[in-house]
This record gives sequence, structure tokens and C-alpha cells, in this order.
Amino acid sequence: MTSKAVRYFIPLVVFIALAVFLGLGLKLDPRHVPSPLVGKRVPEFSLPRLFYPDKAFTPVDLQGRVWVLNVWASWCVACREEHDVLKDLVGRNPVTVIGLNYKDTVTEAIQWLEQLGNPYELSVVDAEGQVGIDWGVYGVPETFVIDHEGIIRYKHIGPISSTDVEKTILPLIEDLQRSTS
Amino acid sequence: MKKLMVVTFAVLICCCPSVWAKVEVLQFDSVEQERRYNQLIEELRCLVCQNQNLADSNADLAKDLREKTYQMIKAGSSNEEIVDYMVDRYGDFVLYRPPVKLSTVILWTGPFVLLLIGLWVLVRLVRQRRNQPVATLSQEQHEQAQRLLHED
Repeated sequence: MTSKAVRYFIPLVVFIALAVFLGLGLKLDPRHVPSPLVGKRVPEFSLPRLFYPDKAFTPVDLQGRVWVLNVWASWCVACREEHDVLKDLVGRNPVTVIGLNYKDTVTEAIQWLEQLGNPYELSVVDAEGQVGIDWGVYGVPETFVIDHEGIIRYKHIGPISSTDVEKTILPLIEDLQRSTS
Repeated sequence: MKKLMVVTFAVLICCCPSVWAKVEVLQFDSVEQERRYNQLIEELRCLVCQNQNLADSNADLAKDLREKTYQMIKAGSSNEEIVDYMVDRYGDFVLYRPPVKLSTVILWTGPFVLLLIGLWVLVRLVRQRRNQPVATLSQEQHEQAQRLLHED
């Protein structure tokens, strides 16, 4: 091939490179912002429990156990979609799931759980959303997997699907549970 | 007619989202604090509506983060402290001016690299054109041209 012929291929090569990059870009979800919290200790908090407002919960209570924090609210439509998946998760693994009831009202939150069932060991009330900010929450629902040392190992933004549970969350939890015992 | 136009214009302006955003009335201790606040919420990005900054966004989270920024400024935090606070929680994504890192090198240098490539192509094209031989006419063609020009 002469150098002239090569030059005619340059636009084609550029086009293919661009198409590949744009194609890959289509598969990315802009809502998934990598969290700086993964691999770090859980942000501490002490919040009143939803059903027992005079009792507080703090992550220290679960030190030494693998647990899941799920951020939810009764006003959040996607949480409704996710709810059955969460119930399925706790049905299959004895992992502790804590609910962070984010910017919600207590009566509506309780009503929601009574209607749809309660997969949470307990829920805590973050009415102002301050703990949400500390945990970097920006798209409810969000799900965090925390290991026995209190390190966040995984964060999922948006509703978890049964595929997410099957392929990522459950294997990770089982893995962490094995390494604990 | 004029009245109608004024009303239409007013309605249109109110439909513009930026008029609605940032409705909080805030009290600052100094002009300097207010300037810093406005600068920060311009530079921090809203995570919910990702192409807006905190100042423009109506999202609940943006409102909370504006409030947080305000409180921190009032409490005497420096700009770096506030930015660090946001980055610790939401990552570099909250910054419209991300720091230069290995993962952001392309972002920062990309435009300049493209500019250099453009300049190089331009220089080459201009040089090529300059080196092209100037078209010359043979004696015969020259006479034909003269004839054509003086035909009438």
C-alpha cells in the first residue's frame, strides 16, 4: 500500500475509534458515580429507630457482623420496585438489613412497611437527610454492603434487581460471611 | 396588545427554571461570605441533575447541599474545607473543576492535544499549498487567452 492509500484510511480509522468510544459510552450509566466511601469505614451516626423512637441505633452495634444498609423512603417509587427483591434477599440469607428511612415522615414510613412487609431488622429515621449526606446518598434507593470490620465493601445506586442480588450482592455477602467465621 | 405582550413575557420568564432555583433568602455576616457562597455553589455540581450546579438545581439534594455550604461558611470553614467535605462524600464528581490526577489527565490535556493536532494539520495544509507549482500557460494558451479577452 502506498502512503497515499494509507492516508485515505485515516478518516475511516478515526471514525471507527470514535464509534467504539461512543458505543462504550452508551453502556455507561451516568447515574453511577463511583463512591469515595467504598473501602472506607462507615460514617458514624446515631439515629432514632422508626418503631422505637426512644431507642437509638448506631453502626457500632453491628461491629463484627456483615450487614446491609438500604436507604429508602415512602415517597420513593423505585423503592417499591426494589422491596420484593429485598424481602427475597433476607429470605435467602440471614444477613442483617438496616433501613435508613431518608427524608420521610414516620407515619407514612410505618404505613408503607405495614402494607408492603418489612425486610429490615430495624429502620432508623433520618428526617433531615444529614446522615444521608454523610453517606453520600443522592439517588434513593441506595444499598451498601458492610463487612465485619465496618468497612463499606459495595455500594449500589438505584433499585437492586434480582439479577444484582444473584450475581453481585449475595455472592459478596456470602464471601464476607465466610471470611468472618 | 402591549399589555398582553408584557404579560406573556412575564409568564415566559417565570417558566424559565433558573428563576425558580435558589429561592432561599440567606443572611450573611459579610459581603465576602456571600461572594464565597455564590462562588462555591456555582462550582459544585448537583448529583441528581448532573448537568447543573448547586446554584441552578431545584433538586432536594441540591437544596440540602446549598444549606450545608451556607452553614459551613457561617461557621467559618474555608473554601477548601467545604470542598473537601463534599468530595469526601460524593467524590471528585461534585467538582466542576476536578483536580489534575491520573484519571483526569485526558480531561485536562485533551483539548490542548486536539488543538495541537489541529494546528499541525493546518500548517501542513498551508505548506503543501505553497509548494504547489504555479500553473503556467504555454505560448499557445496565452495567445488564446489574449484573443478571448480582446474579442469585442
